Amino acid sequence: MAAKHFPVQSGHILMFARAVGDDNRVYADEAYARDTEAGGIIAPPTFVQAAAQFDPDYPLRPKIGQPWFGSGKTASGVDRPPGAGGAGGGLHAEQHFEYHRPLMAGDVLTAVNRPGETWEKEGRRSGRLKFSELITEYRDQKGELVVTARSVSVFTERAASAPAERS
Amino acid sequence: MALKAKQLTVGDTYTVRLVEDLKRTQLVQYAGASGDYNPLHTDEVFTTRVAGYPSVFAHGMLTMGMTGRMLTDYVGDARLTRYGVRFTSQVWPGDTLDATATVKAVNGDRVELDVKTVNQDGVEVLSGYAEARIDP
Repeated sequence: MAAKHFPVQSGHILMFARAVGDDNRVYADEAYARDTEAGGIIAPPTFVQAAAQFDPDYPLRPKIGQPWFGSGKTASGVDRPPGAGGAGGGLHAEQHFEYHRPLMAGDVLTAVNRPGETWEKEGRRSGRLKFSELITEYRDQKGELVVTARSVSVFTERAASAPAERS
Repeated sequence: MALKAKQLTVGDTYTVRLVEDLKRTQLVQYAGASGDYNPLHTDEVFTTRVAGYPSVFAHGMLTMGMTGRMLTDYVGDARLTRYGVRFTSQVWPGDTLDATATVKAVNGDRVELDVKTVNQDGVEVLSGYAEARIDP
């Protein structure tokens, strides 16, 4: 996920916490959160993934005036063969976060990507598996590191039998 | 709120039911909040007819996010220092998920946890680890 300007907003945190089924008041209630250890509304552990909202090129968001591969008049809005799956990317195999400090409402992050390792493995059902890592550093308005994320994607030779999520 | 080192023993477990009968609407909710609008999670027509899956299925990051609630309920708010997972099986609408943290080690002001989430059939859908700051 790359984003030049990712404002961490309390309303967004509330929506995200609801979506993951978490009614902890530290994500929703400013007055309550002020008296907690963190001293304000914090973001849930996986919240930085929502940087997708602020990545102008994020491929899994419909963009105004551009073709979208989800269904409309037909089962897919673009011409694609059956079994072609999602956006043509890999499957999300792993996700790792390192927290350098709590992420707070009001922070403004930048997210910068760099490639990590790549490796291959022979899968039992899906043929050759190619793994690749993407490391994302989320820095705050002072340039200090808040979260380091490492995502592992796997690309398979045969699509439909893969074990994890297509991303 | 936060865990105390002297109250922790290796092998301690903490389990939370994350969701019962996961609804497609929750996948829509997560798509909207996270910004991941991959139709595989929300568009049954595309997912069954074009992608060839039996139905839409959950974002891996929704399972990781729900499992994160179990962790923060256990270790306290703003205490996590590391959290990582592998997605080991898909999660489908109708699934019921339980997440468990198991104390692996206590080192000074840190606890290391094994993390696992299983579905109603006992199939592991997520496997990982976490580390959190604890009090003495």
